Amino acid sequence: MSNAASDYSLAELMICANAAIYENDGEVLVTGIGVLPRIAASLAMKTCNTEIMMTDSESWMLAEPNPLGPRPADFVQQNENWMGFARIFENVWSGRRHITGGPTQLDRFGQSNISAIGGTHQQPKVQMLGARGFPGNSISHLNSFLVPAHSTRVFVEGECDFVCTIGYNPERLPRGYSMDDIGLRHIITDLCVMDFGGPDHQVRVVSLHPGITAEQVQENTGFALAWADDVVTTAAPTAEQLSIIAAMDPHNQRSKQLRDNPPGDRS
Amino acid sequence: MKDKTMTATDVVAQLESGMTLGIGGWGPRRKPMALVREILRSDLTDLTVVAYGGPDVGMLCAAGKVKKLIFAFVTLDFIPLEPYFRQARQAGAIDVMEIDEGMMMLGLRAAAMGAPFIPTRVGLGTDVIRFSKDLALIDSPYDDKEWVAMPALKLDAALIHVDRASSRGVCQIKGPDHYMDDSFARAADATYVSCDELVDNSYFADESEARFVFWERAVTTGVVHIPGGAHPSSCNPLYGFDVPHFQEYNASAKDGGFASYADKYINGKSEDEYREAVGGLDAIRALPLPVY
Repeated sequence: MSNAASDYSLAELMICANAAIYENDGEVLVTGIGVLPRIAASLAMKTCNTEIMMTDSESWMLAEPNPLGPRPADFVQQNENWMGFARIFENVWSGRRHITGGPTQLDRFGQSNISAIGGTHQQPKVQMLGARGFPGNSISHLNSFLVPAHSTRVFVEGECDFVCTIGYNPERLPRGYSMDDIGLRHIITDLCVMDFGGPDHQVRVVSLHPGITAEQVQENTGFALAWADDVVTTAAPTAEQLSIIAAMDPHNQRSKQLRDNPPGDRS
Repeated sequence: MKDKTMTATDVVAQLESGMTLGIGGWGPRRKPMALVREILRSDLTDLTVVAYGGPDVGMLCAAGKVKKLIFAFVTLDFIPLEPYFRQARQAGAIDVMEIDEGMMMLGLRAAAMGAPFIPTRVGLGTDVIRFSKDLALIDSPYDDKEWVAMPALKLDAALIHVDRASSRGVCQIKGPDHYMDDSFARAADATYVSCDELVDNSYFADESEARFVFWERAVTTGVVHIPGGAHPSSCNPLYGFDVPHFQEYNASAKDGGFASYADKYINGKSEDEYREAVGGLDAIRALPLPVY
């Protein structure tokens, strides 16, 4: 990529990697859940896919993404249409959406968990959010994930404790469905970018972040990974991308998302 | 002409232990908290609660009012994990039917239209189906796929908070989203609404006001005028949610328990006394709106 910046944070690298996945999605609602995915969605809408639709995370569709955090008193939100939660579900079920969510667990089938950990369903050891809209997202439209701390705690050895999203698990494939009906796309972590392009949709590493080794990625993953024929280094942000990121995140919330806010290049 | 105004005590007198209650709002947003507090002061128990859960669910769980919860999430938004819901779940104290957010809307709509279920793809391949014994998979007469039959979520009563209402039961939600409150109201045998402002019916003569009425008055059973009645949840645009109050509530789960919170704000107190204890109506109405 031209004009690659030399000084950028890991958070900014992950934002750019996350934004790139939306390039060929066309006119879909993109929802980035959490700070880094939201900045990434905004960056994509302003660069690689200007057809993207986005909401204000409350009840309006926007022509221009809102910057994160408190905004100046004279800020005018650029609404396109009302988009309350009932209408969000209508959009979800139409399939015209791609989300990036943050799972607590993600297994070798691409099944994810944000609901509860350990114990039983009657009495979980740790109750989290609940399944929220994840089941509907996973069967209806494109789904990607951003994992801030790539570890075997997230990328679990077995199945997720509570499977919130359908994945490429032959035992759970509904009757009448093929694996190709399930739209899992990318996983962006603090170590690498992965997709589901391995044999039988196996999780596959496509790029390593600067200074990260293949061994590090595999050691921190609870299941065997596939590897792209030509694993590349994740593209560094451009100066233009960094400038848009700074405008979308004026309070620098991105600097607080990863422990110690590491630099993008760790070599 | 019917006058549907009543008190919160009247509402709770219409409810019975063992009922299925739907509660409007979303997380910490526009919850009928004054009506919930009145339930907390009552001897109602063994409730089945259907809600996009926030402090309503947390408090009802903490007070031992809930037998079964039908939910997709319970959250305070800026405090992602509702402390008393967590405690109840981690103690195995409540039965649950955990579903997807959209499935809940479908279940309410099925109830509203008198259908036993609505077919959907949502839930396929997930543990929502594995753990919810009430969810059946069915064949379709029109294709060869399997479908989730989301059952009707019939409610004995719905509790909802709105910006303003008339004594006839015309209810207006002026905030950015009415969430699924219309579906809750239509899914219920009786719908009880608390309102921040009680207005004359002619208030809605203006089209721009009538557009924010999401169900017709025959759906409304009772209207309770409780200014600030959503506190500590928000009633945007009238007021935001009370961040310091929620922080205190959240902290009580670690230190003192729900009894300490309830003794300070709810037990033995009227709603007027509650309002004064949290700083008065002017303070509530001055709570800043959240920025998302």
